[in-house]
Amino acid sequence: MNPSYYLVLSAALFTIGAVGVLVRRNAIVVFMCVELMLNASNLALVAFAKQNGNLEGQIAAFFVMVVAAAEVVVGLAIIMTIFRTRRSASVDDASLLKY
Amino acid sequence: MTTTLAAAEISNGEAVLFWILGPIALAGAFGTVLARNAIHAALFLVMTMGSLGVFYFIQEAPFLGVVQIIVYTGAIMILFLFVLMLVGRDSSDSIVETLRGQRWAASLCGIGFALLIAGGVYRAVRNTPMAGLATQNANGGNVTNVAELLFTKYLFAFELTSALLITAAVGAMVLAHVELEPGERRGQRTLSHERVRSGRPQPLPGPGVFATHDSVATPALLPDGSVAPESVSRLVDEPLSPDELERHGGPGLQPVRRGIEGGQP
Repeated sequence: MNPSYYLVLSAALFTIGAVGVLVRRNAIVVFMCVELMLNASNLALVAFAKQNGNLEGQIAAFFVMVVAAAEVVVGLAIIMTIFRTRRSASVDDASLLKY
Repeated sequence: MTTTLAAAEISNGEAVLFWILGPIALAGAFGTVLARNAIHAALFLVMTMGSLGVFYFIQEAPFLGVVQIIVYTGAIMILFLFVLMLVGRDSSDSIVETLRGQRWAASLCGIGFALLIAGGVYRAVRNTPMAGLATQNANGGNVTNVAELLFTKYLFAFELTSALLITAAVGAMVLAHVELEPGERRGQRTLSHERVRSGRPQPLPGPGVFATHDSVATPALLPDGSVAPESVSRLVDEPLSPDELERHGGPGLQPVRRGIEGGQP
């Protein structure tokens, strides 16, 4: 077994998250797919930290987690506000700025 | 040669754990994307995040493993579930494709992207020997060393994250807060006046649950035998028509049918 299998797994998880962002229409599920992508990048960072014998990869993963938490809080509040005005959480419905 | 070296570097237990948890994490990711119901998607995502937490443990990052389980599966996913429950029935996804062929195009691009990036990162570290974190984690353990790095070299970034977090918390409170105008809150007196003036001071009739049927979707019958539509909750999609009542109720529903058909004044 090769340690870079972790990197391949993280690439696969990242891709699945990216495809989910493109394909799904529910804003909350799109958000979950963004979280999946962040988690995949964290796995890669931790694997690199072990591979190179350097703790800074773990520090970077920790900062990614902090930023992800802040992003989720604000993003979900925005989704709630949009839902309150339009009664819908679909990303297709929030197209007012298009016209 | 390199593969035998790598095999020597990673213990068998870690390999077994990887081949068990890796497919679980992948299945959770696929479930997140493919589940029609948003709550199922959230639970699949919890599965993936839990396996990633175990991966952090076996990659000599116990601090990150614990933070992953507490922050991600404990806090962020609960927040997601709260919002899903608030949004309620709208949380199922629409099946209509807004752009034609977008799903196929996205899946195709995704497969190509996965092959490219997986090939790239696989080749990136394949031939470098694995250093391991034994020396870095030796002096006082992983938590002590991560904390030392965090509070010396990365102190400024750490303080910036505290500013970011407090900004995010204030922003979420501002966005989620509903501001009422001073006169907008209606008291008990106003509400009771409104109720009397509305022409319907009495409460809405209850559904016809125990009369003939055991479902709250059964409408109550008025004295003349007609169906009272307001007796069924708005949340129940459609009150049953008399035909459906007969079909679902069977022989026990005979009196109702007689009431509906013969009770016309």
